[in-house]
Amino acid sequence: MAETIAFTLNDKPVRVTTDGQKPLLWVLRTDFGLTGTKPSCGQAHCGTCTVLVDNKAVRSCVYPVRNASGREVRTIEGLAQNGELHPLQKAFVAHDALQCGYCTPGMILTAYSLLLQNPEPTREEIVQGLDRNLCRCGAHTRIIDAIQAAAQAMKGGKVQ
Amino acid sequence: MSNHEYPQIDFTDFQLDLDLSRRDLLKALGGGIVIFFCVGDGSILEAQRRSLPSDFNAFLRIGADGRVTCFTGKIEQGQGNATALAQMLAEEIDMPLDAVDMVMGDTALCPWDGGTWGSTSIRQFGPSLRAAAAEARHVLLELAAEQLNVPQARLAIENGLIYDREQKDRCVTCGALAQGKTIARRAGEKPAVKNPSEFKVMCKPCPQRNAVDKVTGKALYAGDVRLPGMLYARLLRPPAHGAKLQNVDTSAAEKMEGVTVVREGDLVAVLHADPDQANQALSRVRAEFTPSPSQLDNRTIFDHLVKNAGSGRTVAQGGDLEEGRQMAALVVEQTYLDGYKAHAAMETHTALAHVEGDKVTVWLATQTPFPAQDQLAKALGFDLGNVRVITPFVGGGFGGKGSANTQAIEAARLSRATGKPVQVCWTREEEFFFDAFRPAAVVTIRSGLTRDGKPAFWDYSVYAAGERGAAHFYDIPHHRTTSFGGAAHPFATGPWRAPANNTNCFARESQIDLMAAQARMDPLEFRLKNLKDQRAIRVLEAAAERFGWKPAPTPSGRGLGVAVGTDVGTWVAEIAEVQVDKRTGRVQVKRVVCAQDMGLCVNPQGAAIQVEGCITMGLGYALTEDIHFRNGMILDRNFDTYELPRFSAVPKIETVLLDRKDQPAHGGGEPAIILVGAVVANAIHDATGASLLQLPMTPERVRKAITAIV
Repeated sequence: MAETIAFTLNDKPVRVTTDGQKPLLWVLRTDFGLTGTKPSCGQAHCGTCTVLVDNKAVRSCVYPVRNASGREVRTIEGLAQNGELHPLQKAFVAHDALQCGYCTPGMILTAYSLLLQNPEPTREEIVQGLDRNLCRCGAHTRIIDAIQAAAQAMKGGKVQ
Repeated sequence: MSNHEYPQIDFTDFQLDLDLSRRDLLKALGGGIVIFFCVGDGSILEAQRRSLPSDFNAFLRIGADGRVTCFTGKIEQGQGNATALAQMLAEEIDMPLDAVDMVMGDTALCPWDGGTWGSTSIRQFGPSLRAAAAEARHVLLELAAEQLNVPQARLAIENGLIYDREQKDRCVTCGALAQGKTIARRAGEKPAVKNPSEFKVMCKPCPQRNAVDKVTGKALYAGDVRLPGMLYARLLRPPAHGAKLQNVDTSAAEKMEGVTVVREGDLVAVLHADPDQANQALSRVRAEFTPSPSQLDNRTIFDHLVKNAGSGRTVAQGGDLEEGRQMAALVVEQTYLDGYKAHAAMETHTALAHVEGDKVTVWLATQTPFPAQDQLAKALGFDLGNVRVITPFVGGGFGGKGSANTQAIEAARLSRATGKPVQVCWTREEEFFFDAFRPAAVVTIRSGLTRDGKPAFWDYSVYAAGERGAAHFYDIPHHRTTSFGGAAHPFATGPWRAPANNTNCFARESQIDLMAAQARMDPLEFRLKNLKDQRAIRVLEAAAERFGWKPAPTPSGRGLGVAVGTDVGTWVAEIAEVQVDKRTGRVQVKRVVCAQDMGLCVNPQGAAIQVEGCITMGLGYALTEDIHFRNGMILDRNFDTYELPRFSAVPKIETVLLDRKDQPAHGGGEPAIILVGAVVANAIHDATGASLLQLPMTPERVRKAITAIV
């Protein structure tokens, strides 16, 4: 049944009238045209569709849009502020921490959520934090390096 | 890679009615200075015969804005060819790297290309591009000499500016040279390219192009393209390969608001402006299928492949096997098995098709935009010139997005049926079902050593994998390598990153280790002693040096493995260190050193990334990835049971690229993956004494192999 759901999307208040059970992934991609959030497995196994809800990484392919009601949703498009790339984005570019780039938004947002909880993670903690995100190209070692570098760059500061 | 390993695409059925004249093409390109050139031999010109004049198959353009554009039918799928090709162009034309644009994989703008596979971008297209860029530089200097009224010898070109060495303010930018005119030249036979000592851009580490678009979500993949009024399609699929549709009831789906149902023979689809509604509509379609006639499964497949093999083809032979057997004091015979592997790119097969009258435009996730153009024209009955394939960013291919382009045809048929743009984006389940898997394969090897530990004979038979990498390169006096195909697979198979070579290297290098063990020799020393190829020897030595290899006969208990191989002209050696939990059979790869001789390496950073990607991806086929199936059904349908390598599986990876600027460039996207199965198997053997004869080396198989020793 269609219902109207209001939430904050990349710092702006938005409303959408749709089936509340519809996965957030499709709402973002279809209703809001934010295609940086990628579909891949549809069952929360791979993490390419990861977005932030109240600063926590969620898998939008299985997250009913109704659950976002009243919350803050952030996608990869909303990470750079005032045209300035986020330290994680800069670090992914600087470390060439991507190949095809399809898993990259999910990797960055998962790392973002990790660094909020643990601003100075060890290498092992990064591995654990990202272990449920899949990358087929094999950019893993550089992704770990990039996250470590971003954590360093943000030292003493906030993630945002 | 030879063409026969890929599906043949039949061009002969086409009547060509579009013959773009050079003038029309120049108009379409928007003027400037255009350099035409030719890549490869005449057969490529023949293949592209329909859309362009026939004396070139590639071109680049210097626009009035001072930017230089390379048009190529190659595509970028994350492997970094766009970056390395741009480096080659910038180097030879002496323009800044950031003034280079790459237009790739658009059939309306780019010259014909057979597809992006077999690591051909740099080693085959690259040299022609360099030559054309050198020619372009020459043309620029000629024009500048005329305009500045300065002898050409006095001119210098730097960062897109041409100036008089004796009076630097007499200068002109490359963009201004055409002066609004269109100047077309054909690259000469052999314009001189730079010596490696002159390189400023090539052979220097260069970060990947488009990385900023990829970290901000701006990069558009086929599924991200939006057109007004577009519909999302879901298709009815059989439960098993070989199952036939008997009856279907779409009435419940038809009752849903906004749902369109299309039935064209076996094509049954539901479409909606909202992909989630399309999903729901499909769940309301009721259908019955016949059972699959296939009775094979992932255990019985190996017997099937051997029993139904056709006559073999001798790939290599020398000496006399019988004589070799007489010489041998120690003989070992082993059979190696390899299961089916999925490509499992993170982006599934996706297409957006827009049919307008007798024309169609398709945004397509593909490695083969031009073959896709042919396939679409044939499927729709459209003139080839009315079919445009645009390749946006591709979310990984690994050989899997190069064959049938089925999703393009599905989207185009549905667009024609509905009159609207239609997106077909396969679900992960469809991706696993319709993937053209890396084939399951069997290798049997009989080999013998003389009393003093020298190889006497080698009798190698490979079934179903293919020939790439089958022929050995060791100094063995009596040998024969035979490749058998012929047995039907129960579903589609196709090229998977370094086709056949992964299976062949696993078998060959495992057997070489067994021979080293029989000879009670260090496995590295055994290889070095029995190799003649200097490039093979050098990569082994380089890997050993970086690793800090200390000789010991295997199994030494240390968990170290070594392997060497060659692919797409490149030689590669790897050394791995593993930890084996003998109780659970779990294997953790701790460290991999890879030494690679790829000839001239255009982008050392890109090459290192490919090595890392190859080793990481290779851990999957080595340890976890295996397609389970039964009676035509694919039992692994998602990443819960089909296990890709995760962060926690990735070892420390060290890459040594041999400096071979004096040599031609060889392939870089595939070689380092070919040894991963072998080097891990050898390291497990070194740790435990157990021989792992089947990929993947799951904990269960490792445990069983360890138990079998006692």
